[in-house]
Amino acid sequence: MAKKKNIEEPAAKPAGGLFTYAPAPESPAAAGDIASSYGHFIGGEFVDSSGSEALKTVNPATEQVLAEFAQGTDEDVDRAVAAARKAFADWSTLPGSERAKYLFRIARIIQERGRELAVLESIDNGKPIRETRDFDIPTVAAWFFYYAGWADKLDYAGFGANPRPLGVAGQVIPWNFPLMMLAWKIAPALATGNTVVLKPAETTPLTALRFAEICRQAGLPKGVVNIVTGDGRTGAALTAHPDVNKVAFTGSTPVGRAIAKQLAGSRKKLSLELGGKAANIVFDDAPIDQAVEGIVNGIFFNQGHVCCAGSRLLVQESVQDELLDALKRRMSTLRVGDPLDKNTDIGAINSAAQLARITELTDAGEAEGADRWSPECELPGTGFWFKPTIFTGVSQAHRIAQEEIFGPVLSVLTFRTPDEAVQKANNTPFGLSAGIWTEKGSRILWTANRLKAGVVWANTFNKFDPTSPFGGYKESGYGREGGRHGLEAYLDV
Amino acid sequence: MSTVAANAPGVAGSGLQDVAASEASLRRFLHGLPGVDQVGLEARAAALGTRSIKTTAKAYAIDLAISMIDLTTLEGADTVGKVRALCAKGRTPDPTDPTTPRVAAICVYPDMVATAKDALKGTDIQVASVATAFPAGRAALPVKLADTADAVAAGADEIDMVIDRGAFLSGRYFDVYNEIVAVKEACKRPDGSYAHLKVIFETGELQTYDNVRRVSWLAMLAGADFIKTSTGKVAVNATPPVTLLMLEAVRDFRAATGVQIGVKPAGGIKTTKDAMKYLVMVNETLGDDWLSPHWFRFGASSLLNDLLMQRQKLATGRYSGPDYVTVD
Repeated sequence: MAKKKNIEEPAAKPAGGLFTYAPAPESPAAAGDIASSYGHFIGGEFVDSSGSEALKTVNPATEQVLAEFAQGTDEDVDRAVAAARKAFADWSTLPGSERAKYLFRIARIIQERGRELAVLESIDNGKPIRETRDFDIPTVAAWFFYYAGWADKLDYAGFGANPRPLGVAGQVIPWNFPLMMLAWKIAPALATGNTVVLKPAETTPLTALRFAEICRQAGLPKGVVNIVTGDGRTGAALTAHPDVNKVAFTGSTPVGRAIAKQLAGSRKKLSLELGGKAANIVFDDAPIDQAVEGIVNGIFFNQGHVCCAGSRLLVQESVQDELLDALKRRMSTLRVGDPLDKNTDIGAINSAAQLARITELTDAGEAEGADRWSPECELPGTGFWFKPTIFTGVSQAHRIAQEEIFGPVLSVLTFRTPDEAVQKANNTPFGLSAGIWTEKGSRILWTANRLKAGVVWANTFNKFDPTSPFGGYKESGYGREGGRHGLEAYLDV
Repeated sequence: MSTVAANAPGVAGSGLQDVAASEASLRRFLHGLPGVDQVGLEARAAALGTRSIKTTAKAYAIDLAISMIDLTTLEGADTVGKVRALCAKGRTPDPTDPTTPRVAAICVYPDMVATAKDALKGTDIQVASVATAFPAGRAALPVKLADTADAVAAGADEIDMVIDRGAFLSGRYFDVYNEIVAVKEACKRPDGSYAHLKVIFETGELQTYDNVRRVSWLAMLAGADFIKTSTGKVAVNATPPVTLLMLEAVRDFRAATGVQIGVKPAGGIKTTKDAMKYLVMVNETLGDDWLSPHWFRFGASSLLNDLLMQRQKLATGRYSGPDYVTVD
């Protein structure tokens, strides 16, 4: 629109031109020393694998190899479980107040080494430094602080007097929030007196291995935390191990289903945190500008690599045009590029495989007739990148409305009445999270009561707090992480 | 008194011309504006505050910020000497570096307008005068109009009026509207041109973000050229969330009417870091069209010297100190 000048122009022109932000890169050196190759962390020591197979982890923003790490063998897993079993006797009988001291110490070290961990996480994962600095690492520390507080108060957690730990927990975590997922798993397990063997994802092992150093720095007794690296084969060996008492898995629904089958009939306790296809519902009386921020945060946070991402926007037809105009305008200001630049909003896709998956599903969206839109933005020449994308004209029958894309891709659907919104929101095999945007409190409650989702956010999205339980319905898994509820997954109750 | 902002350019034909036809229609319109979620607005303003502005971007932003300052003295103790000194500072903010831009305006009480005009002769620096019984606005309308007319007659280029917060908070939106319309008329010069009208809301007294959005639209409909947060005389002055909300309001107003309105946060903006955060908000909410002193101003006094010290630091690589900028 042509602008109309309605005041006089002072003669002196200010310095003209765009206010373009100069590069503001965080130093990669702040990540500390990255070894050329890593073994496992078993019984308090860094040890070589019994096998010779090594995997490589790359920086997804540059495709440069960061380090080699061991492909854990059955024998490696066996050693790690044995170390955890050996440590369990003393750790589980240590007074809760003593276990708490170690957890508080770990939390403080994470804060002290926050910059190092934030840079390392960004390099290994591809996510922007702004997020690792302001979200991931502070949340990691918060999780350890929170569960440290529970360690000597388990009698009052609602599970009866003197609740017992389960034993050795085998934990398998994904690549989207590597250190945060580690914290979600390890902090409650240790607070309740279990020992753990954790396998980080094969594209993002570095912060877990750095965490092993922190365990040593904190003087954590040997064997309480063990880290075994490798791909899905190592994970399968861990979850199948006969001396593991508890399996906790966060990742895709197909793998979760395979683990559930594997464990059926065994006495192992299982919690699963799987996929999602969350509906973010915008009613016509929503605070539009803040709803747009919530939509952006819901789907473009962490490049959309979020199991609870608001990947389906359900917007009331009467405000559709206004909302989509505002959303597109806002998306045009998203800064895609170097994850280590402090002004980057959207970093690199974690791997070539994930980029291929996103590309396949978005191509399917176009082929099925949905309208695709992305803002103009230049993507770097090397590395794995995907423009923030929205699809309009999406119907429930489209693959992009049903399958988890796990990338910066939003499918926009519309509804006419609150009933229709709820019906469409629940019409998915998943049920992890949902969002509601309205200025009317009664409508928030009405809608939330009808949504089949483990987490429902009202006038916000993607907020996480250690005091709040998190987990899903249906194919999104079972068991809860976080809060008092999160203790139950690691107690024999 | 006229009830329609005849001089609100562009509102005719936008579908908004009947909004202020009556008390009832104005109220319906203002209460029909989308709500503001406090948590979300504050989170967005805080997130924009984390942008890292370095090197060339910082140099650009510092000079832009200097050129956007309404250098202000609004004290009971103001004297001719004080105002002349401030004008000299505005003309030559850094005597050691002639490439330093000038400020946009000098902002004074009405009785100092003539002094400031004289001191700024030969420059393009505007003289802004507060009016309408600033800062409380507690006076009868004829007094406020006389106050305004007096400042305009003395040569003020810009008038910073305060709204009647009491009327707004008691729901008498139409009274507030009509008063702005009347003050705008009082800004008219004998040659038919108008002094630019900045309308101060005193957002610290209006308290809620919903009120800020409503009063922004009210003032723009009534013919404000600029909307301004605060007088600088109450406990809470300009804040990033309030300013962000006003930026969104001028953005939406231009989309609806084609008329571009300026924004002026005032009070409490003291450091270069603060100013950068505001400029980032303008940049990412409104873009290039508002990145000039025609459309965005800082109401400030101590901000200028901090900008100058940062400017010297960028140029020389060394931090200077408060004795290397002039205190006026």
